[in-house]
Amino acid sequence: MPDTLRGKAAIVGIGELKPERTRPGRDAMSLLAEAAYLAIQDAGLAKSDVDGLIVDEGMLGGGSGYCAKMAEHMGIFPTWATGCDAQGAAAVVMALQAAAYVNAGLANFVLCGMSAAIDPGARRRPPAAGTETATSEFQAPFGPTVAANGWYAMIAQRHEALYGTTVEKRAKIAVDLRYNANHNPLAYFHDTPLTVEDVVNSRIVADPLHLLECVMPCAGGCAFVVTRAEIARSLRHPPAYILGGGLGVPRNNLAHLGEITIAPVGRAAKKAFAMSGYAPSDVQVMEIYDSFTITVICELEDSGFCPKGEGGDWIQEHDLTFKGDRPLDTHGGQLSCGQASTAGGCAQVTEAVRQIRRDGGAHQVPGPADLVYVTGSGGYFSQQSAMVLGSAAAL
Amino acid sequence: MAIANEYKKPLPTPSAVSRPFWDAAKEHRLVYQRCRVCGTRVFYPRDVCPGPECFGIGTLDWVESSGKGWVYAHTISYQPAHPGFADDVPYVLAIIELDEGWRMSSNVVNVDPRDVRIGMRVAVVWDDVTEEFSLPKFQPEQ
Repeated sequence: MPDTLRGKAAIVGIGELKPERTRPGRDAMSLLAEAAYLAIQDAGLAKSDVDGLIVDEGMLGGGSGYCAKMAEHMGIFPTWATGCDAQGAAAVVMALQAAAYVNAGLANFVLCGMSAAIDPGARRRPPAAGTETATSEFQAPFGPTVAANGWYAMIAQRHEALYGTTVEKRAKIAVDLRYNANHNPLAYFHDTPLTVEDVVNSRIVADPLHLLECVMPCAGGCAFVVTRAEIARSLRHPPAYILGGGLGVPRNNLAHLGEITIAPVGRAAKKAFAMSGYAPSDVQVMEIYDSFTITVICELEDSGFCPKGEGGDWIQEHDLTFKGDRPLDTHGGQLSCGQASTAGGCAQVTEAVRQIRRDGGAHQVPGPADLVYVTGSGGYFSQQSAMVLGSAAAL
Repeated sequence: MAIANEYKKPLPTPSAVSRPFWDAAKEHRLVYQRCRVCGTRVFYPRDVCPGPECFGIGTLDWVESSGKGWVYAHTISYQPAHPGFADDVPYVLAIIELDEGWRMSSNVVNVDPRDVRIGMRVAVVWDDVTEEFSLPKFQPEQ
């Protein structure tokens, strides 16, 4: 094993906007700037301390020069800036990129962030035909799916056929996460409880997925700051150390290759756990990317928390609430917080940091939170990331 | 100028590489690519071989498929993202595995959507949607 990043970098500042259905008058740069300012202040830094920047390529709606545009917009002057094109896997990937950069001498404080604007009054781009890429040419003519619903529905359908993972079983994810959200004031569904019956009786969007098994698109933003471990120790919050990480990229398009119920996070998790020196059984808190109920189930299986095919039963046997024996998505997940595009996955990283700091307030896990497993998921099982974060006690 | 096309759904935008697929489709022939070096079956169309051990460039030949296969995965779509499909819901989106061992996205038609099952045998049926394009769809094998 080469000399790895284990314990050499930490997340020292976090910023997160509450997801809302719309943010009138706010564009993506504005929302990212607000989340970034919160993260920089949370770290106890000045804007002028930030010398590294990683921005989500998807965020600014195409075009080039997004790092420079974003730096200019915020009035920061980095000496190192790159993009990250990992869709929903991006937040974890950015943290790992940043950890590498600060340990390679390219920057001291790397700001990572993403946002999503939904502004009813904004200028709209003309809709693209959507059949102009090598793969969309062979998808769109047959009836495109709403967001990724159709693709995840096919994964769920197959998982149900192979392993009996019915909606009644899958619903537990949504219900336990909602309990967590009911204790998180930053969650969109903070005030709305949820039962298994509610999920099962919600309308079918793409068979077999029901509406309440799917994330709701929101506007929002999320950001964090990464620095080297020795600098992190001198800052105001207990550092959340990056202990290991990885990314798995099996394909872009689900239609063409491989067993589709296998979550790409498997290879990422293997790498992340090996680097960290820990195993899934050591993990105390899980922040698992949750675009749909089935996403979480497949990720749990392929990350090594239970054998393949047993995820549906495993979640029945465990209490996934923040008070439970297997706390999962302690902030409520994207299913209950709302999904502000890639910033939704970023909230899984910032929540992990919050738990490690024991700063979760009403949704802080009562037990230890020194070792947290975080995942990200992009496209439709196109790329998934995994990261092990820990407190000083886990170093 | 021809009369404005009444077909309201997205149509393929063929590239130089994918054009032979749509030309064959117009003749109701379902084709895919096979690498003459390593034998890998390839879909969507490319001009480089994605075979795990292969560095082939320009080594993919067009081959005709039997048009027969099975439903690898499917969903019933109740909510179309594109307005052109509004009158079609509920309809079946599926990944079809052809008997030659390659997969494509399509629809399963001429069947009650609730009767579609993973593993169901299907055969290609052509939907001549415009003068230029015929789409390969699948129906239960007779």
